[in-house]
Amino acid sequence: MELVKGITAGNIRSIARAVSIIENNMEGKEELLDELHPHTGNAVVWGITGPPGAGKSTLADKLIQKERDRGKKVAVIAVDPSSPFTGGSLLGDRLRMQTHATDPGVFIRSMASRGHLGGISTAAFDAVKIFDAAGYDTIMVETIGVGQTEVEIIELSDIVMLVLVPGMGDEIQAMKAGVMEIGDIFVINKSDREGAERLKAEVEYVLMISEKPEESPQKTICMTSARDNTGIEELYEILQSKYKEDLESGFLTEKRKRRLTKELSNLFYIKTREFLEEQLSVQAQMDSWIEGIYKKEIKPYKFISEKMKELTKEYVKG
Amino acid sequence: MERKTRIEIAKPGLDGHDRGAKYIARALKDAGYEVIYTGIRQTPESIVATAIQEDVDFVGLSLLSGAHNELFPRVVELLKAEGADDIIVFGGGVIPEEDVESLTKKGIQAIFRPGTPISAVIDFIESKKKTTAA
Repeated sequence: MELVKGITAGNIRSIARAVSIIENNMEGKEELLDELHPHTGNAVVWGITGPPGAGKSTLADKLIQKERDRGKKVAVIAVDPSSPFTGGSLLGDRLRMQTHATDPGVFIRSMASRGHLGGISTAAFDAVKIFDAAGYDTIMVETIGVGQTEVEIIELSDIVMLVLVPGMGDEIQAMKAGVMEIGDIFVINKSDREGAERLKAEVEYVLMISEKPEESPQKTICMTSARDNTGIEELYEILQSKYKEDLESGFLTEKRKRRLTKELSNLFYIKTREFLEEQLSVQAQMDSWIEGIYKKEIKPYKFISEKMKELTKEYVKG
Repeated sequence: MERKTRIEIAKPGLDGHDRGAKYIARALKDAGYEVIYTGIRQTPESIVATAIQEDVDFVGLSLLSGAHNELFPRVVELLKAEGADDIIVFGGGVIPEEDVESLTKKGIQAIFRPGTPISAVIDFIESKKKTTAA
């Protein structure tokens, strides 16, 4: 494939086109990803998540600089929400990183969530593979501004930075399930603001009382002010040493295999579902089934088990 | 699945009057497009690099400083040099009527002057977008 050659040679246009192909589910997507697969596995993936306005993009901007100072190539995937009403999107994360726009060692791609609810877009998973195969050393994935349940970023990152800012509530908020559980590094940004020390103490307390499996690595807290560039060096060092630790302990390999497991079962699920729906001509008959259920002529569970019997007769021997 | 139309809205030059650019960015979002907003004080080089990385179909330029005769054609030239002249460039801002023709000749496919209704911009995009589908 011509496109694959372009990507592995680091051609910017090829990479950009490839991301559009996977984003729009265009023809050739599966073949493309299969061809790229042998070239992946060299990049480290950092996830950046946190509430809207916490400073995720500004932090990414500073971390890009750190990586560039060391000669690393960096790709950023920045996700912003799509409108549930019009499907439109205003992608504004890039604005904070525009000083790197003309640097050939930096590739920034904005993505709209396109109805996906986990905090990233479905295509972000595959976009990571494209940048990996294209030779970017570090790939940062910035989520939309999250609330409490958008935790999908753990499924594609080697390390997750959860960016928090003072003034979000007491330690009970920090003890809740969901987003507060997914950070490997808790970044307390805008640390020059009032309440930063208290937030740090609260997160420390919550981490201290959390039960965690013995083999899982220590979580870290880091105070930053991305705008003033303070704390960035410390954060960068934590990122480096954490990566090294996780690599040596085998934790990273385990994590990456878990990610593959999830991806493969997801693919199975999608493909099986497509296949079965076609076998049962679900689309063509849905309206009449619904009519029957609405009029109480059909019992939903009895109906489903009959349909399942139809399938088993056809596909299971014996 | 239908290919989503992506549009970069950028402000080249040194003026900081970004209300027009923000207005158009928001209106195009509401019209269902994916809009990449890059903010003020962009160089033609950064605008073009962004357009290529983001794989946009359109680049909309907003300028109120009077440097449109230099900066708008420069964006078109750089896109061409990168082999990306399939990306459609349009412009807006305080642009005198007498400049419109020469800008169009230099490859800026539409100029929207003050007072243009947003529907005119959307009509333009709709009429051009099919030819840009990959």
